[in-house]
Amino acid sequence: MNLSCKEATQLLSQREDRKLTLGERVALRLHLVICKGCRAVSEQIPFLRRALARFLD
Amino acid sequence: MSLRDELEALRPYLLRYASLHLRNRDAAEDAVQETLLAALAAEASFAGRSNLRTWATGILKHKVVDAIRRSSRERPIEGENDTADFDALFDERGHWHEPPEAWPAPDGALQEKQFLAALERCLQGLPPRTAQAFLLREHMGLETAEVCKELGVTSTHCWVLLYRARMALRECLERTWFAK
Repeated sequence: MNLSCKEATQLLSQREDRKLTLGERVALRLHLVICKGCRAVSEQIPFLRRALARFLD
Repeated sequence: MSLRDELEALRPYLLRYASLHLRNRDAAEDAVQETLLAALAAEASFAGRSNLRTWATGILKHKVVDAIRRSSRERPIEGENDTADFDALFDERGHWHEPPEAWPAPDGALQEKQFLAALERCLQGLPPRTAQAFLLREHMGLETAEVCKELGVTSTHCWVLLYRARMALRECLERTWFAK
């Protein structure tokens, strides 16, 4: 399965909220190898979590 | 200082917390007022606990979630449930028009007051239910299933709200902070 960047970013978000299937995880990993833009997003989404966890503290 | 005075000193913090989640000054004031009353009434259960703010915030979280649940029942979510508005980011094959760049040393920004102010402005720019879903998940730390339940939406809709929030915040922080 070849993911588009739109699909890949949806999975990058959903993996914070549910367990991805094996097929989704493999497809996402393959996509991230070849896509620099989605690799950046894959770092930024967990960063948002860290930022919000300490927000107002 | 009496417990009443100590709780009163926490009011500004609690109000900021409630306002962030509820986006409505009156609703936030109500939640804080109920929290302070409940905390006074439950004074005995605080005895021996070390951090008053953590304890009071725990009570406030319940009040905030109650208020969100009520308002979601009164005014069910309309819209904010498809990803068509992200189509501008991608071409017809779903690839980036302008691929995002990695952010330099983002965790350093977390120490900066200015960055937190930029983050708050970006949060305020989100559509209301989108912001609520995201804050319940990432700020309050609820499980996604609980977020969907309190907002009265399906899990698929919930994922869309959270995706929308993350993508919009990412874009906003890039534009207003990291690209500067």
